[in-house]
Amino acid sequence: MDLIIDGLLKAIELITSGDKGIFEVTFLTLRVSFTAILISTIIGIPIGIFLGLSRFKGRKLILIFINIGMGLPPVIAGLTITMLLWRSGLFGDYALLYTPTAIIMAQTLVSLPIVIGLTSSSFQQINEKMLLQIKALGATKIQTLFILLKEMRIALLAAIMAGFGRVIAEVGAAMMVGGNILGETRILTTSIMMEVSKGNFDIAIALSFILMTLAFLITFILTSLQQRRPVE
Amino acid sequence: MKKFNRFLAASLLALLVLVLGACGTNDEAAEQKDNNADNKTEQAADTKEKTETKDLILATTTSTQDTGLLDELIIPMFEEQNPDINVKTIAVGTGQALEMGTKGEADVLLVHAPASEEEIVASGDAINRQLVMHNDFIIVGPKDDPAGVKGLPISEAFAKIMSEGAVFVSRGDDSGTHKKELQVWEKAGLTPADNASYLQSGQGMGATLQIANEKNGYTLTDRGTWLAQEKNLTNLQIAVEGDEDLKNIYHVMQVNPEKHDKVNSDGAEKFVDFMINKETQEKISEFGKDKYGQALFFPDAK
Repeated sequence: MDLIIDGLLKAIELITSGDKGIFEVTFLTLRVSFTAILISTIIGIPIGIFLGLSRFKGRKLILIFINIGMGLPPVIAGLTITMLLWRSGLFGDYALLYTPTAIIMAQTLVSLPIVIGLTSSSFQQINEKMLLQIKALGATKIQTLFILLKEMRIALLAAIMAGFGRVIAEVGAAMMVGGNILGETRILTTSIMMEVSKGNFDIAIALSFILMTLAFLITFILTSLQQRRPVE
Repeated sequence: MKKFNRFLAASLLALLVLVLGACGTNDEAAEQKDNNADNKTEQAADTKEKTETKDLILATTTSTQDTGLLDELIIPMFEEQNPDINVKTIAVGTGQALEMGTKGEADVLLVHAPASEEEIVASGDAINRQLVMHNDFIIVGPKDDPAGVKGLPISEAFAKIMSEGAVFVSRGDDSGTHKKELQVWEKAGLTPADNASYLQSGQGMGATLQIANEKNGYTLTDRGTWLAQEKNLTNLQIAVEGDEDLKNIYHVMQVNPEKHDKVNSDGAEKFVDFMINKETQEKISEFGKDKYGQALFFPDAK
């Protein structure tokens, strides 16, 4: 119990003392997480909508793979990216291993299936009658899409939040592909792991408070956007 | 309500801009640093061409990172002396570090498993292997010493831990410490793996010590990590130390650029030279004295 209070005090101390290292680590965490979830959203939502609304052969198989991907263990994602980025690997010439880009790739890999999967399952539930009605009212395809996006706001934001949760919590893959390098690829989760193994529990708890505060703030904003009443 | 929505959207946007903006300034700062570095080297040697910052991947053991030696002393000092080199420290077990060397995934290695090191020098994957420093391994165990091993020679202590059925926590991760532990068992002619009280953590030294602390077990550790962690390990004390067999020796070596292309051999050579030069060696001998009252590593380079 004392340790938690110590940790909280340490967190306040670290933030108020303007410790440069902490800000670097926090900004890097936000930067890679936002980039990863942005990529997942931009790619994932259109694919999810397509898979949710269209019917074609092999669609079920794709959905099975997407659903497996939703539970893809981060270490496997990490190992895959590591092997691809090795000097001896397929993309070895780009020297991307142990860079923030590598972490973004791994985080995108684990969050993309979540965004696609949740988007597609919610779009599958759209009432056929509503689609017909929209069509009957003479909406163009683009207009239809906008109406649906507006209708599905709650589900879409849920998909983004779930993906974001995955990304910000991720540690195994980030450790493997990032290497936890000071000032370059050290993010909050990997720092917490390192501080624990160093026995600096107070710093680890302090970093946990910072991470949880960030997660809370961002999820709060997204949830509020999700839950606001439709503006008519 | 509408106002609130707008506020939320605006704050989300502001957060994004802030983060992306921060990235921008970071990059600029980094560029500026590079430029400064370039200027310096240009001034230092007019004839020298404009240098680019090159990454140097250092694969090393967890003990050098967990004690703070690399992050607090070695890397900042090396990068200050070589502004054109950016060191990327990858702290893993010695086994994995050596494997990264044989695959050409690292440029320079700082490890502590002499027998395995000799193998990769013999196979031609590593060159320029130099003795850097040593500290020692110790056995730590519960304060009440249930196996009664305090002060015994190392092999006898291991044998007694096994015969008394006391808990022993092994790293089990092919690290330098794990290799050392296996050597001791082998030398004593014992196979502990079938023993129910023999646990394999598969984790780093810090985590393994914490497991030993919780499980009331014995474990083999390097002294540096023990000193750094001692304050959290309230159930443990040093049980065996000072045995000649318990020396923990660190070597630095370059990955052979002739066998692996893409290796930054220039930077690797500089790093090896840096580790064994007199100034660095002196700094190593001072490291930890202010915090632990004793040195964590003893320099050995000639």
